[in-house]
Amino acid sequence: MSTEEAPLLSVKDLQTHFFTDEGLVRAVDGVTFDIHRGKTLGVVGESGCGKSVTARSLMRIIDRPGKIVGGSIMLRKPRNDGSNQIDEIEIGELTDDGREIRSIRGESIGLVFQEPMTSFSPVHTIGNQIIEAIQLHRPLDDRAARNRATELLTMVGVSRPEERLDELPFQMSGGLRQRAMIAMALACEPDLLIADEPTTALDVTTQSQILELLQDLQEENGMAVMLITHNLGVIAEMADDVVVMYLGQVAEKGTVDEIFYAPKHPYTKALLQSIPNIYQPSRVELPTISGSIPHPYNRPAGCPFHPRCPEFMPGTCDVHVPETLVSPTGQHVRCFLYTEGAVRIDREEATAGKDASQ
Amino acid sequence: MSANQQITTPPGDTRVIGDTILEVNSLKKFFPIKKGFLRREVGQVRAVDDVTFRVRSGETLSLVGESGCGKTTTSRCILRAMKPSSGEMLFHQKDGRVIDLAKANRSQLRPVRREMQMIFQDPFSSLNPRMTLLDIIGEPLLVNGIGNRREREDRAAELLKLVGLRPEFLSRFPHAFSGGQRQRVGIARALALNPRLIVADEPVSALDVSVQAQILNLLMRLQNEFGLTYLFVAHDLSVVKHISDRVAVMYVGQLVEFAETDALFHHPKHPYTSSLMAAIPAPDPRKRGIRARLKGEVANPAAPPSGCYFHPRCPHAKDICKQESPIFEEVEPGHFVRCHRARELKLTGVPELDNSGAVSASDS
Amino acid sequence: MADQEYKPSHSPDPTEPADPDAARPPATPGTGADRTSDAVETVYDASTGAAAEDRVAVASQFQLMWWRFRRHRLAMFGGIVILLFYSVVVFADFLAYASPQASEAERSLMPPQRVYLFDDGSFSPHVFGLDSRRNPQTFQREYFANPDDKIELSFFAEGFEYNLFGFIPTNRHLIGTKDREIGESVFLLGTDVQGRDMWSRLMYATRISLTIGLVAVIVSIALGVVMGGLSGFYGGWVDMVVQRMMELLYSIPTIPLWMGLAAAVPDHWSILRIYFAITVIIALIGWTELARVVRGRLLALREEDFVMAANLAGASQFRVIFVHLVPLVLSHIIAAVSLALPAMIVAETSLSFLGLGLRPPAVSWGVLLQGAQNIQAVALTPWLLLPAIPVIVVILAFSFLGDGLRDAADPYGM
Repeated sequence: MSTEEAPLLSVKDLQTHFFTDEGLVRAVDGVTFDIHRGKTLGVVGESGCGKSVTARSLMRIIDRPGKIVGGSIMLRKPRNDGSNQIDEIEIGELTDDGREIRSIRGESIGLVFQEPMTSFSPVHTIGNQIIEAIQLHRPLDDRAARNRATELLTMVGVSRPEERLDELPFQMSGGLRQRAMIAMALACEPDLLIADEPTTALDVTTQSQILELLQDLQEENGMAVMLITHNLGVIAEMADDVVVMYLGQVAEKGTVDEIFYAPKHPYTKALLQSIPNIYQPSRVELPTISGSIPHPYNRPAGCPFHPRCPEFMPGTCDVHVPETLVSPTGQHVRCFLYTEGAVRIDREEATAGKDASQ
Repeated sequence: MSANQQITTPPGDTRVIGDTILEVNSLKKFFPIKKGFLRREVGQVRAVDDVTFRVRSGETLSLVGESGCGKTTTSRCILRAMKPSSGEMLFHQKDGRVIDLAKANRSQLRPVRREMQMIFQDPFSSLNPRMTLLDIIGEPLLVNGIGNRREREDRAAELLKLVGLRPEFLSRFPHAFSGGQRQRVGIARALALNPRLIVADEPVSALDVSVQAQILNLLMRLQNEFGLTYLFVAHDLSVVKHISDRVAVMYVGQLVEFAETDALFHHPKHPYTSSLMAAIPAPDPRKRGIRARLKGEVANPAAPPSGCYFHPRCPHAKDICKQESPIFEEVEPGHFVRCHRARELKLTGVPELDNSGAVSASDS
Repeated sequence: MADQEYKPSHSPDPTEPADPDAARPPATPGTGADRTSDAVETVYDASTGAAAEDRVAVASQFQLMWWRFRRHRLAMFGGIVILLFYSVVVFADFLAYASPQASEAERSLMPPQRVYLFDDGSFSPHVFGLDSRRNPQTFQREYFANPDDKIELSFFAEGFEYNLFGFIPTNRHLIGTKDREIGESVFLLGTDVQGRDMWSRLMYATRISLTIGLVAVIVSIALGVVMGGLSGFYGGWVDMVVQRMMELLYSIPTIPLWMGLAAAVPDHWSILRIYFAITVIIALIGWTELARVVRGRLLALREEDFVMAANLAGASQFRVIFVHLVPLVLSHIIAAVSLALPAMIVAETSLSFLGLGLRPPAVSWGVLLQGAQNIQAVALTPWLLLPAIPVIVVILAFSFLGDGLRDAADPYGM
């Protein structure tokens, strides 16, 4: 799995906006990242950072009044005919709910939600729902599909899979439901699995089982995983690369080691420090991030993090939008602290001013 | 731009841990399982099954466990939002009298309620959207007939300042505030009657991670300032480790381990406690690795296994564990464990005084 | 730090400055309370105290509802239409120009008159008098406008005596004629079989039909809130009993029940008593829906943490119910009422149309429509169908209004 290979999915400058009655919400506002085969991309952020909307944009399942208004989502899908050909599909340009996007959902990209209870229909058995997902993409008869479903449940570590197939979602525990959800997402061996807060609703012991399962599955079939969570522990445990999001933008992006050992963006730093952790001495006052996340309609001008930033530079951060800067190792950061001094800021100012006048 | 600048020194811990404020003895709460048209009782869910512990005034005692372990039911029984099935809960009042909360009726509970308040998990559900902050914070004062309108207003403004909000916010409605700010309002309301014991039910789990630390710091500051006693109910061991003096671990309605925070985290004596800690992913990519993960699922409290409830999942289970249910005993001073093998097992906990974590290394 | 090593990336970065619009204060806080959406959380920081935010922050739930409601165009339109209709209820005597009971066989089934606003270029509203003649073939009475018989109309003219608001005696009406008895010469919407002026009758019918719904709704609110409240707050066997009762009422087919009950109303009762009897009948059947709404809301609210907080603070049951729960159910009741009202109005109209509700000499929409029951009426005297228009308009307007209210009442909805 060398990273030289073209990434499985390249997201460039993705913008998904919500046109609500109250105004425009820039839920995703210029997000760029790549996902590589066999790797796990962790996406961290708090509520309103746009991490879930990003995931939904990739599958084109954004609820109204949301719309992708810019950017590109390039999926590189190997042909099924055995040749080494790779099709480049621009997901952003596919027609809504057309045949192409429907074949991508499930077949190329699988999705696991936070609450499996609401993702399953309560009136159909788990088995029927998995079988349906299989038959949507594979020409299998009922018996073969059922066998495949049993196989999938076994793979995700469900004991007595034959019996479980005939159970209704509410008869299962949260952990089992999440496993079944993963089984369904894996039904057609997708190239990419998007897991949106897959363990948030679960207890820690169940969480560790699910995380281990995801790791094992990835090792076995080399799929890419996009893991969305607010839990930095889960990120540290699972991710190869990390995207830190704040108010719809990528604040910082790098390898997991860079993010945890050499964070650049003040938000990443503050986030890492403010979270209680069992390796710290108890009853010590934690460093905090002041204030709270702004309302999406009330987005601060300039850098979105500036009102809460400990390194806030008046006249710069609250006026201009920082550009994304890249280090030689490939770590991205969107912060004025890393521009080349005042001269650089002046140039920034000039371009920002020009853009504003357009 | 050294990140270390932000790390503050520990607060002057001026607390005095005093006498017992609450004794919970053999607390039980069973819920009947009813079936069929005639709602016949066919069984019981043993939500809280023989729980005994003492809370000392001025300390933070945490009840931890996974969902369904009975920690919330225990706290609701103590607050008498539920009537326990049996057992006693002796509350030592300010004036020295001792009242058994389990047997008290509504009018007997009234004066005790002033000394015992609650902080809720959900900052949205816990504030009435129709009321201003003044009405919300002033309600405990109003219903207890404390002060006139003017005095209540002053007190409410003072409480807002105490929890870090501006007194001008009194006329605002909850919808104007974020989750963290609402949680502060909830804390102000809990403080209104100068309580001695505060039951905090998952007070930070519904908040954004960047806001959790603010609330935890606030809770610790208020405790120092007013000598409050906290009964902290949580599932997040990191938060519990952070705030507690002593920790009680629950599993399927029972206490399985109870000790001082450091003893419990560094030297756990129950295999469940140890596995719980191992299950927490460390926020440090260099500490990855295969851990002893717990197999299986939490036992059903309606039909718990024989012997030790934990034995089907326990990596150290022996024959005795399947047959005899262990007693909750003090294996070391102040360290209670419910395990047959507590004295012989060497379990791993959190390594002591580990400062090489990602957090402190973030400036490298 | 390796600051100098950072270079702008080659990816097409959105370097455009933040849209100034994005920083404006929220137009309404409606979505602020959304508790599930990842994207929405209200934050009004202490640092940003713009005036608009302060206004939102101190807005009560009802103000918020109003702001949200105001953006619902159709609902606003519906609300205005309904206000207009209810002003007809209040000013029916003023708007009518003839007594609704004044009949005259000579004027039977006159068609609506055309109103001319100008005469020789100057504003002078007038109609032409109608001459009648029997058609020798059909023996039908036929009417012709007489261009020589110009009847001038005037505004705020004197007419028959009535009490404005029930206690101010006056004889002023919206329109009148200069020199003629208006009841005998002006028929804006024609006349019915007995020669009674349709316009005036429609005004009085509107009053009866719209108030009967209102009274019925008030009775059902009382029943619904009490029963739903008992059921939702106490639960247990009380809930059981109320639920079974509601199911029983639901299971009875409505039309036969109405018919049975209406038939039981004695013939010799006065119009007023029949009116109230019909109201009560409608309300007795209509309360279950409201009770359902109240019960559902209460069951949900009872579990909210703030109710427990109030209990823990030592608040009485009374306080919990009336200070915490009732105001929160209120907005839902209002919305439910706005949807229940049209049902009541339709119920009255249908009952009366079938001859089971109000009977002449009372005038209601249903009674008026009775006059257009046969195909002959539809073919020859289509103006008798005019009372159907206000029925349709009012029902639609109520539906729009109810929709808007329901959306605005839900504190957590979009």
